[in-house]
Amino acid sequence: MKVAVCVKQVPDATSARRIDASTNRLDRSGEGAINATDINAVEEALRIKEAHGGEVVVVSFGPARALDSLRKALAMGADRALLVSDEAAAGSDLVATSYAIAKALEREGADLVLFGQQSSDSDGAVLWSAVADRLRRPLISQVADLGVDGSSVTGKRQTEFGYDVISAPLPAVVAVSDAINEPRYPSLKGIMGAKSKPAETVSLADIGVESERAGTSGSRTTVLALSPPPSKGDQIKIEDDGSAAEKLVDWLAEKKLL
Amino acid sequence: MASEIRAADYPPPFSSAEVIAAPTDAPDERIEVGVLVVGGGPAGLACAIRLGQLIEADPAVAERLGDVPVALVDKGKQPGSHLLSGAVMNPRAVRRLFKGRPEQLEGIPTYGEVPGEGVYLLTRKRALRIPPPPTLRNHGNWIISISQMCRYLAEQAEAGGTFVLPETAADRLLVDHGRVVGIRSGDKGRGKEGEPLGNFEPGADIVAKVTVLAEGTAGHLTGAALDHFGLNGREPQIWELGVKEVWRVPKPLRKIVHTMGWPLRKSARYREFGGSWLYPMGDDMVSLGFVVGLDYRDLELSAHDLLQEFKTHSFVRAILDGGERVAWGAKTITSGGWHAMPRSLGAPGLLLAGESAGLVDLARLKGVHYAIESGRLAAEAAFGSLQRGENPGRIGAFDGYDAEVRNGYLGKSLHEVRNMRQAFEKGFFVGGGLASAMTVTKGKLPPKEFHNEPNAAAPLLRTDRAAKYPAPDGVLTFDKLSSVFAAGNRTRDDQPNHVRVEQRVPRDVAEMWAWMCPAQVYEAGEDNGDGTVDVKVTPSNCVQCGAITARGGRLTPPEGGSGPEYTQT
Amino acid sequence: MTTLVFLEHNGGVIQKGGLGVLAKALALGGDVAGVVVGHGVADVAASAGAFGAGTVYVVDAPAFEAPLPQPRVDALEAVVAASGAENVFFAASVLSADVAAGLSARLDAGINWDLTDLVLDGGQLVGKRPALGDTVLVDVGWTTTPRIALVRSGAFEPVETGGSTTVHDVAVTLQDFSTAAQMVEQAHEQASGPSIEDADVIVAGGRGLGTADGFKLAEELAAALGGAVAATRAVVDAGWYPYSTQVGQTGKSVSPKLYIALGISGAIQHKVGMQNSGVIVAINKDPNAPIFDFADFGVVGDLNQVAPKLAELVRARKA
Repeated sequence: MKVAVCVKQVPDATSARRIDASTNRLDRSGEGAINATDINAVEEALRIKEAHGGEVVVVSFGPARALDSLRKALAMGADRALLVSDEAAAGSDLVATSYAIAKALEREGADLVLFGQQSSDSDGAVLWSAVADRLRRPLISQVADLGVDGSSVTGKRQTEFGYDVISAPLPAVVAVSDAINEPRYPSLKGIMGAKSKPAETVSLADIGVESERAGTSGSRTTVLALSPPPSKGDQIKIEDDGSAAEKLVDWLAEKKLL
Repeated sequence: MASEIRAADYPPPFSSAEVIAAPTDAPDERIEVGVLVVGGGPAGLACAIRLGQLIEADPAVAERLGDVPVALVDKGKQPGSHLLSGAVMNPRAVRRLFKGRPEQLEGIPTYGEVPGEGVYLLTRKRALRIPPPPTLRNHGNWIISISQMCRYLAEQAEAGGTFVLPETAADRLLVDHGRVVGIRSGDKGRGKEGEPLGNFEPGADIVAKVTVLAEGTAGHLTGAALDHFGLNGREPQIWELGVKEVWRVPKPLRKIVHTMGWPLRKSARYREFGGSWLYPMGDDMVSLGFVVGLDYRDLELSAHDLLQEFKTHSFVRAILDGGERVAWGAKTITSGGWHAMPRSLGAPGLLLAGESAGLVDLARLKGVHYAIESGRLAAEAAFGSLQRGENPGRIGAFDGYDAEVRNGYLGKSLHEVRNMRQAFEKGFFVGGGLASAMTVTKGKLPPKEFHNEPNAAAPLLRTDRAAKYPAPDGVLTFDKLSSVFAAGNRTRDDQPNHVRVEQRVPRDVAEMWAWMCPAQVYEAGEDNGDGTVDVKVTPSNCVQCGAITARGGRLTPPEGGSGPEYTQT
Repeated sequence: MTTLVFLEHNGGVIQKGGLGVLAKALALGGDVAGVVVGHGVADVAASAGAFGAGTVYVVDAPAFEAPLPQPRVDALEAVVAASGAENVFFAASVLSADVAAGLSARLDAGINWDLTDLVLDGGQLVGKRPALGDTVLVDVGWTTTPRIALVRSGAFEPVETGGSTTVHDVAVTLQDFSTAAQMVEQAHEQASGPSIEDADVIVAGGRGLGTADGFKLAEELAAALGGAVAATRAVVDAGWYPYSTQVGQTGKSVSPKLYIALGISGAIQHKVGMQNSGVIVAINKDPNAPIFDFADFGVVGDLNQVAPKLAELVRARKA
C-alpha cells in the first residue's frame, strides 16, 4: 500500500513571527518546525505500513528549507520525500496551493493521502478538502481513529456533536487530528539513515503546474493591509504567593464581572 | 556566632560513577562512528568542521572512519538552542579555521567589528567612565550572537560531511578496558516517575574511535570523565552566572560597554565579583547581560534580579528607553582559569575541547575563540592519530594535543591572567589593584598563587538584599516566569526530574537556590521542625544554565530537545 | 450583490453560527439567501425566515441525509450556478470548513478563513482576520467571484427579525466520488444540563485538574459565579466529564463574558473554541503554558489552592 503524507513546515512557535512588511506575507525566514499534527499523520502512515507493508512518501510544498522537516519524517521511518520548491509558487493561496499539491499527488498515485488537521500559521487550515475535490477522491477529516484494510478506510471522527464513523473505499484522502496517536521519537539510527533516503526536489513545471496557476497569478485572494489588533487592554500575569485569589476577585469586581 | 551554613555540606544524590558505563547494546545494535563530538557549541562545531576538511584532503583515512566518519550530538532542539554569550569574539580562530575558504568565513553572521568601547564604574546614581583595563581592549574583534553563529557553523559542518544529531542528550560515557569508546544517548518518552510511556525510545550506544567532549559549562560527561580518569585540575573549578537579554531599541548604541560596581557590593565580606555588558547588535538591537561570580555569600543574591536592578540605572535606561525585550536567557561561565584546567586535556580515546577543557579567559571575557581554536586542534589530534595508524585508546595518545593547547597562544593567555579572578576575593579595590598589577606585568606579579574555594563552600549570610530588587513592571523589568517564557522553554512537563539536589536542607540553602536560579526551579517548602525544609523542584522551568552544579546540586541532561530555544543570544 | 449563507443544521435546528453569519450578510446589504442541504429539511428551511432569510435555497434528497461534506460541495456548486451568487459565506465548523474548501477547489474560487469581521470598503468586500497568534489584524480580499468566506465560530450574533421565507428547490447532480464516503454511524449529542453555549460565565477544567474529582473545584467555582462548567477534549476523552461540555475545535465554541480556565494549557485546539470570550482568566501551575499568552488575567499557581479560595471570596462578595 502506498501512503502519501502531506507535511508543512511552519515557523517555530518561539522564533519571532512577523509579517514581512514589503510583501505583506508571513516572514518565513525564521526557524522552521514540522507542523505538529503532520507528525501525527506521518506516525499514522508508518503504522499503516507496519501493518500492511508498502511505502510511505512525504510530500511538501514550500521553499528549499522545507527539506529539513521532510528529513524528520524520513528519520521517523518514511521511505521517500518529495519537495515541490519553486519561486513561482510564492504567494500561493489555497486555490493555487491545492492545485499544485493535487498535481504532485497525482504523480505519486498513492492509495491513501494523509494530512494533519491543523496548521498553526496563516495558511493551509482546510487544505485537504480542496485537494480531495481536485483528486476526485472521498474525504474523511478530523479523524481520531483510523482503520485500514486492503480496500477501504474507516475513520472515527470528532465533530461538535460527537463521534461519527465514516468509511470510504480506497483511494481516499484522510485528515487526522492530533488525538489519533502519540508519535514515535525518531531513533538515532533513523536520524542517521534519513540522510541516505531518496529526497527529490521538483519544480512546478516538473509536476505539470502551469505558470498562470501558480503564485499570485494562480491565487484568488489577496492580503490588503495589516493593522494592530483592537487593543485587548493590559494583560496581567501574577504568581500565586497566597494572595492571587484576592487580587483576582478585586479585578473581577472592578470589571463588573461578579 | 552560629555555625556557617554551606551548600557543600548537603551534596546531591549523585555520583560520577553512574555516568560511566560499558556499552550494553548488542554489537550490531550499536551505532558506529569514526569521531564522535559531544556538544554543538563553537568548540564541537569547529572540531567537526576541521575534521571534514581533513577527511576531504585525505580520503584514505575516511575509509578507516567508516560509514559515518564524524557525528556530532547536541542536546538542544538544534545547534544554537542552548548557546548564550555576550559576545565579542576575537576572529583569529575562525580565520584560521576557514583558512583558504573565504566564502565560508564571509558567511559567518556577525554584527560587525567593535565600533568603539567604554568601561564604566557605576554607583547608584552615576556612571563614571574609567580607562579600559588592558584586558578589555576589543579593537578588531567581532560582535556576534553565539547562537546564530553556531547555527551557521552547524550548516558548514553538515556540508563538510558531519552527521549532526540534535535533540540527543549524552547520558553516559562509555568506557571499556580503561578507554573511552563513545557515549550512550539519553532515553526519550519516560514519564515523571521514570516509567516508559507509549512512545518510549531507549537511548543508543554510539561507539567511536575518538570521542571529543565539548559540552560547554558544567558538562555532564566531562565532570564524570575528570573524576573517573583523575583529571581534575590543581584547583577546584568555579563558575560565574550570566543572565542576558536582547532588546530592540530605537536609538543605535555606538560602542560596546562594560560596567563594574553597582549593583554589586565592594566589600570582601560579600564576595560579589562581576559586572555587565551592553553590546550593539546592528543599529536596532542591543545585547545586555549581568554576570556574577557564584562564590557570593548573600543567599538572597539573584543574578536575574541584579540584571533587572541594573536596568533601572539612568545610564542603562537611556540606552533601552522606548525599546522592547525580545529575548532572555541565562548560562554559567567556567571561570577557574589556568589553575582549574584539567590535569590533561586528553585521556585514552578522549579529547576535551572548549569550555569542557576549562578554556575561558574571564579577565578578557573571552571564550569563543578559545573554543574554536581548541576544537580545531582536537580535530587535528584525532585525525592525526588515525592517519598515523596509532591506537587512540592508548594511554598518552593525546598528550601532544594537551601540550599544544597549553604551550600555544591559548595557554599563554590563560597563564597570564591565572590569578586575576581569585584576586577579586579581596574585594573590588584591592582586587582591582592586584588585577592591574597582573595585567601590566603579564602575570608575573604578584608572586603568590591564589586558590579557588569551591562555589558550594561559600558560607551563607543574609542582608535583606532582596528588598532592593525592583518590582517587575513588564516594560523595563520582568519577573522570572516571563523570562523563562521568553526563552522558549520546551521542556515536556511529565518528564523525570533531571535536577539532582539533596531534598532536605537548611532553609538558608533552599532559599539560596531559589534566589540563585534564574528560572525559578527551586522553592523552599515548609519547615520540617528540625531546622530543615524540603526543596520543591519544578524541572520544566529549567534553562540548563548549570548554576546548580556549581552551588551544591547537579544538573543532568533532560530528554533531548528539552530546554530553551535561544536564537538570538 | 448576491450572497448565499450556508445554514448548517443538526437535529432539526439551524446552528447558531450560521444564523450569526446570516445576520452579518443582511447587514452588508444586497440580496441574501440561505442554503439548507439535507433530507426532509422543509421545516428547517422555513425556520430561517425568523432570522431574516427571505429566500432559502434547498437541496433535499436522501443522498444528503448524512452530514458529509462532499455531496454538499456538489449542492453548493449547483446553488451558486442557479443563484448567480457573488459571495458564499460559511460559519466555521468541522463540516462547513470542509464544504467551503471543497467548493473553493471546485469553482477555483478564492477562500478566506478564520474571519472575525466582514466589511464593505468602497463597495468591495473585505474580510478581517487575526494572524500570528492574534498579534496582528489582516485585511484580506478576493480577486474574483464567487468569494468564499469562512467566518470564525461565534464572531457574529444572530438577529431575530421574525419573517417568512420563500423556498427554492435546487436539483443537484452528484459527482461519482462525492458519495463514496459513507456514514456508518452518526454521532448523537448527549445533552445533560443547560447548554454551555448560552452561559455568561464558564469555568472550564483541563488536565491540570489532576483527576476526574478535580472537577469538583470547577463546579464549586462555577456555582459561586452562577456559571456553567466546561471541559477540554483531553479530559472528555479520559472520561472525566461529558462530551456535551467540551469546548474546542471539535467541541463547542463559546463566547461567554467570563471564561475561567483551570489547569488548561491553552493549545490551539482548545483556544479556537473560546477565544472570543469577553474576559479570559487562566490558573495554571506551568508558567510556560500558552494560555498565558492570551489570558487577560493569568495566575501561575496551584489551582487546588487558588480555585477554592476564589470561590470562597466570590461567595463572600456576592453575599
